[in-house]
Amino acid sequence: MELTLNHYLLLSAFLFTVGVVGIFVNRKNIIVILMAIELILLSVNINLVAFSVFSGTITGQIFAMLVLTVAAAEAAVGLAILVVFFRLRGDISVDAIDMMKG
Amino acid sequence: MLDWTAILETVAPETLLVAVGLLGTLVGAFLKERFARVAFKLGALALFAAAALAVYYWEGGEAFGGLVTTNPFVNFAKAVSFGVAGVALWIADGFFDRHGTLRFEYPLLMLFAAFGMGLTLSASDLMTLYMGVETLSLSSYVLASFHRDSPRSAEAGLKYFVLGALASGLLLYGASLVYGFTGSTNFEEIAGSEMGIGLLFGMVLMISGLAFKVSAAPMHVWTPDVYEGAPTPVVAFFSAAPKMAMMVVFANVMFTLFGEAVDDWQLIIAIISGASMVIGSFGALLQNNIKRLMGYSSIANMGYALVPVAAGADIGAPSLLLFMTIYVIASLGMFAGILMMRRTGGMVEDISELGGLIRSRPVVTLALTAILLSIAGIPPLAGFWAKLDVIQAGMAAGLLPLVIMLVIASVVSCYYYLRVIKVMWFDEPMEEFQSADPSVALTVVVCGLLMFPGLMVFIGVLGGWTDAAAMGLAN
Repeated sequence: MELTLNHYLLLSAFLFTVGVVGIFVNRKNIIVILMAIELILLSVNINLVAFSVFSGTITGQIFAMLVLTVAAAEAAVGLAILVVFFRLRGDISVDAIDMMKG
Repeated sequence: MLDWTAILETVAPETLLVAVGLLGTLVGAFLKERFARVAFKLGALALFAAAALAVYYWEGGEAFGGLVTTNPFVNFAKAVSFGVAGVALWIADGFFDRHGTLRFEYPLLMLFAAFGMGLTLSASDLMTLYMGVETLSLSSYVLASFHRDSPRSAEAGLKYFVLGALASGLLLYGASLVYGFTGSTNFEEIAGSEMGIGLLFGMVLMISGLAFKVSAAPMHVWTPDVYEGAPTPVVAFFSAAPKMAMMVVFANVMFTLFGEAVDDWQLIIAIISGASMVIGSFGALLQNNIKRLMGYSSIANMGYALVPVAAGADIGAPSLLLFMTIYVIASLGMFAGILMMRRTGGMVEDISELGGLIRSRPVVTLALTAILLSIAGIPPLAGFWAKLDVIQAGMAAGLLPLVIMLVIASVVSCYYYLRVIKVMWFDEPMEEFQSADPSVALTVVVCGLLMFPGLMVFIGVLGGWTDAAAMGLAN
């Protein structure tokens, strides 16, 4: 069987869905949310590279490099905020983010 | 070879901002906290200079091989958002000084956030758009959690980060689909290609991502929490500059990137707009925290601002600029007012704390009253004319149901604006506030004056500018 563009798109859509569901369903740990965010960004990279290869334009691969850079920066900022949060609350379960409501 | 003339014509303000920002990082690394006080004022001056540069290079241009393009439409938005960001930074130092968090990182982050706004506004390519949005967002997450000793600030930053990252992911996934189904990331080339199911899917995802950035329903959930938790000067910035910038980016994406497909997205935008109005105006009814109330108020106002977006480029562009400009000025004045609510124990945020403010601070109370009535849309204040303009745009585009919703939501929202005014004028006086920084009080009064009918000339001039700016979009 030959791999077509659709296979890549399905894989990427699947990973993207896992990422989004991972943010909402997970009630335990904020670190898992960070991993889910990373999964979303990397699923987009599969999309971009697959489109780039199958359409013969290079733009998608350049875009993918930029996304990788942003993903790294996002992880750094996210973890930094998480460290600040943990220092103050001593807990990183999702249920701990409950000071403000309504 | 880089074509410096073209770069200057296109992105001169951003070049200045990023240069000052990087230089400031270097100087700050050596001088540390001694640099902080200067950095606040220098950063504000850099933002004002950037606003002036945006006006100076009004006509705009194209640079970096079509990655960035500017025209009067985006230059107007740049000038306004850099200007209000500058004011928000100028009045911030007193607050941070009293909280012992006067650090030079704050103005630098603000500069980078403004750079992100400018880059997104100038974007004519999906890559530039995404990079700009991320530069703005990443700086904003840190700004929201800037009070790292306050649990509320940290929580606001964390919530903003998680939801913001999800929204960026949606935007990015949409962008990748748009690229895949058109074979290009350039706005012009995408606009020229045919609308198919894949492109439609990408467009909807991009709309949801952008809706988050302007806090429109159903992507609004972060707004009240971040407004309540983040330090007040940061919220003064959030509620004004990025709102203006991202709303114009939203319009720019809809008008140029998907300009041919108005029929496909008009209904989507109309639904987002209507939902924001309802959620914003009803959600605010039961709030007691004034920052949270303003958060809901901004959701409702973004709903109003989306009406001219749904009306399309030809009809909606001038009213969008006019409405957003008046809203961000009012919002900045309101948050400068909240910055003044300070007693011996620290900042107070409860609406009831404003009781009897008219007796101790008559001028400021008058200014705040004008601002609140203007946001509520009471004639003859500036906000009324802006809203009228929006309604006219909606009617011209045949969006009657949306206009009816706008009017109903406005009436409902009058309740909570009037409640604040009632507390300030008629309730039992509370203990007096501590004296405010002169710059903060001046900001409240100037923003209040700009809302007054005596300065109606302002509306006329502004209307002329927004029309001229919108003409730039058509060409």
